[in-house]
Amino acid sequence: MTEQIDVQPGSGASPDLPPPVLTPDAVPPSMWRIRWALFRRSFAHNWKLFRANRVGLVGLGIIVFFALLAIAPTVLFATGIWNSAVYDPVVGLEPNPPVKVMTVVNEITDPETEIDFRYVLLDNRIPNTVKVGDKVEIPQQPAPPDRRHWLGTDPLGRDVLSQLMHGARAAFFLGILAALVTVVIATTVGSISAYFGGALDSFFMRLADLLIMIPFLAILIVIGAIFEFKLWHLAVVIGLLSGFGGVAIVLKSQALAVKVKPFVDAARVAGGSNAHIIFTHIIPNVMPLSFLYMMFTVTSAIQGEAALSFLGLLNVRISWGLMIQLANNQGYLLQGLQYWWLLFPAGLAVTLISAAFFLVGRAMDEVVNPRLRKR
Amino acid sequence: MTRYVVRRLAQMVLLFVVFLTVTWFLLYALPGDIVKQKFATNPNIPPEARQVAIERLGLDKPVLIQFRDYMINFFQLDFGLSFNQYPRKVSDIIAERLPRTIVLFLTALVSYYYAGFLAGKYLAWRRGKRGEMAVTIGGVGLYTVFYPWFALMAIWLFAAELGWLPISKFLNPDEWRNAPFTANQVFIRLFMTVLAVSVFMAAVVLLANRIRDHRPRTFAKLGGVALGVVLFIWYWWGTAGGALMRPYAGDIAEHLILPVAVLTAVNFAGIMLLTRSSMLETMREDFILTARAKGLSERAVRDRHAARTALLPVTTSLVLAVATVIDGGILTETVFSWPGMGEVLVSSVSNEDIPLALASFSFIGIMALVGHFLVDILYGVLDPRIRVGG
Repeated sequence: MTEQIDVQPGSGASPDLPPPVLTPDAVPPSMWRIRWALFRRSFAHNWKLFRANRVGLVGLGIIVFFALLAIAPTVLFATGIWNSAVYDPVVGLEPNPPVKVMTVVNEITDPETEIDFRYVLLDNRIPNTVKVGDKVEIPQQPAPPDRRHWLGTDPLGRDVLSQLMHGARAAFFLGILAALVTVVIATTVGSISAYFGGALDSFFMRLADLLIMIPFLAILIVIGAIFEFKLWHLAVVIGLLSGFGGVAIVLKSQALAVKVKPFVDAARVAGGSNAHIIFTHIIPNVMPLSFLYMMFTVTSAIQGEAALSFLGLLNVRISWGLMIQLANNQGYLLQGLQYWWLLFPAGLAVTLISAAFFLVGRAMDEVVNPRLRKR
Repeated sequence: MTRYVVRRLAQMVLLFVVFLTVTWFLLYALPGDIVKQKFATNPNIPPEARQVAIERLGLDKPVLIQFRDYMINFFQLDFGLSFNQYPRKVSDIIAERLPRTIVLFLTALVSYYYAGFLAGKYLAWRRGKRGEMAVTIGGVGLYTVFYPWFALMAIWLFAAELGWLPISKFLNPDEWRNAPFTANQVFIRLFMTVLAVSVFMAAVVLLANRIRDHRPRTFAKLGGVALGVVLFIWYWWGTAGGALMRPYAGDIAEHLILPVAVLTAVNFAGIMLLTRSSMLETMREDFILTARAKGLSERAVRDRHAARTALLPVTTSLVLAVATVIDGGILTETVFSWPGMGEVLVSSVSNEDIPLALASFSFIGIMALVGHFLVDILYGVLDPRIRVGG
């Protein structure tokens, strides 16, 4: 029993634990109980293996941190700590930004304290009754971090921390949806083409060959030209592209290894239908690898989203890529460290969360693939 | 080997036709597509003009006939006229932009593959020593960094803050006002000399690898590289044609440094990490133990036994990396305003210039296919099992 389930070493129950004791006079526990116990045991075992990898734990910590960030705005708005008129990531506005007192002059000699008269006339935030020599209060937007805005405000007076939190929400939504679509498609396609072989197999594999060859971003850009891309459209497209593409090839080779195991023959001899064998024997044994590729898909999905919104081809309310695009288009990115709160949060967030999912994926790789583990 | 190459080539052509068909139907033939929106159903255009536009664009013909016409024209290298740069031919734009992208792509591909392999090799050998963790974390950081952001940070640091390199674009127009050459002439000359010199160097290094003794091998390698550099300098400084072109070539080269460096830095980490794990797996094999037991030096074990075997999975990943590098190239060109295919694709797509978008997308596809083809051949050369089986 244990041997059969433990096709992927490490994914099943640990061999050094005793098998469940079934005495003849005891009532045999239900099938679900046994499955649950096996699952718990293999989970505990795998968790031990995973925990041995320091880097994977760091990745998991980063993911949890961003998950908390993604949940935070709901709590903050519900408890009234944040007022949505001020802290909304898109239409929020800080009503009382810090001001700088400047003298209106005709010829600027000191740009720090003086402001051009013609500019004052054009600026509708200043009453147009001012004269040369007056002192005016110029609202400073983007404003550096203060007590109300921990990460400052952007050029339009919106709270950067709130944008970062909503961006985290978008990233999680997109990444997880894309990964789910990928894994469902790739597992099904991989198992079916491994199990049946023949024309079906050739068709799916040639399709995969075609898809891995074409630059991902180029397709997304072209599709973005034709359709109005919303976040979930993008997630589904990314899921389809990687699900029918590279991931399907990897999972198929794994499914091929499972297909020739004795328990598949046993199931067939016992009269199991094709669907039964695929869904209860092959797919569960391909699952660990699927989860691994889920992690890598999340990384590429988040990167793809950020790149597309950076190019301005995505119809999204707020995302990290959009924050970078805004800061870049208005010229703040090349201003140097003076505007660090526009420079770093979004860029670092994309990098960190991609790295986190990648690191978790690598750590899971060591759990799933014992060759990498024992050195 | 020839049969293998011919078969791969035939597959590539077939794949490209499928690719072009799908793209054409996606861009042209969907109901409510942009061509029709822009000309055929735009209410701001008078009905007569609209009729003329429909006839000129061939929109009155059945879809399959339109498709046939497009395919015939495409393979005669006629991609139509650009909407936004009317009446410029799309083929002219592509011919101007393609070399610039290929240079970026080739330089980045070769340098990142080589650098990543070398770095991964040493990293695996130094496993468990100090610095390994730091390099791994740095590698993962580079591998997953948000590329446009990283590029912009590099521009800020090296161009805006330090002022060492130009901020973006292909050349500095101030210096080209009285230039007797077009930019592409200079650029292609520059590309050709660099290509010739690097082919020469690669040939020397490959030949030198056959020398068994360590000392003369290193000597031959260094000598070959030095000779290549001398030849390059002789062409650009010594000959009359080269000296005349040099300031302009220098201007282009200056603009090329930062994009290539950034593209390489980002991609190289992936190869480095992969080489490392591939080396680690190889190093546990029995033949490594045998090699050590024979009394070979650590260096010989590493370079001749472990690294060669570890090269295969890395080359496999290069097959997948071709598409990634092209993606990176698109972002590079956009961020650096480098006038290549990627920049054309993004700008034509956002300006709804469909003929240009379709042609540039197809050429990006061709680049990917050719890249794959070359890597496949390389793989066949490296791994005899594939040649024989194929």
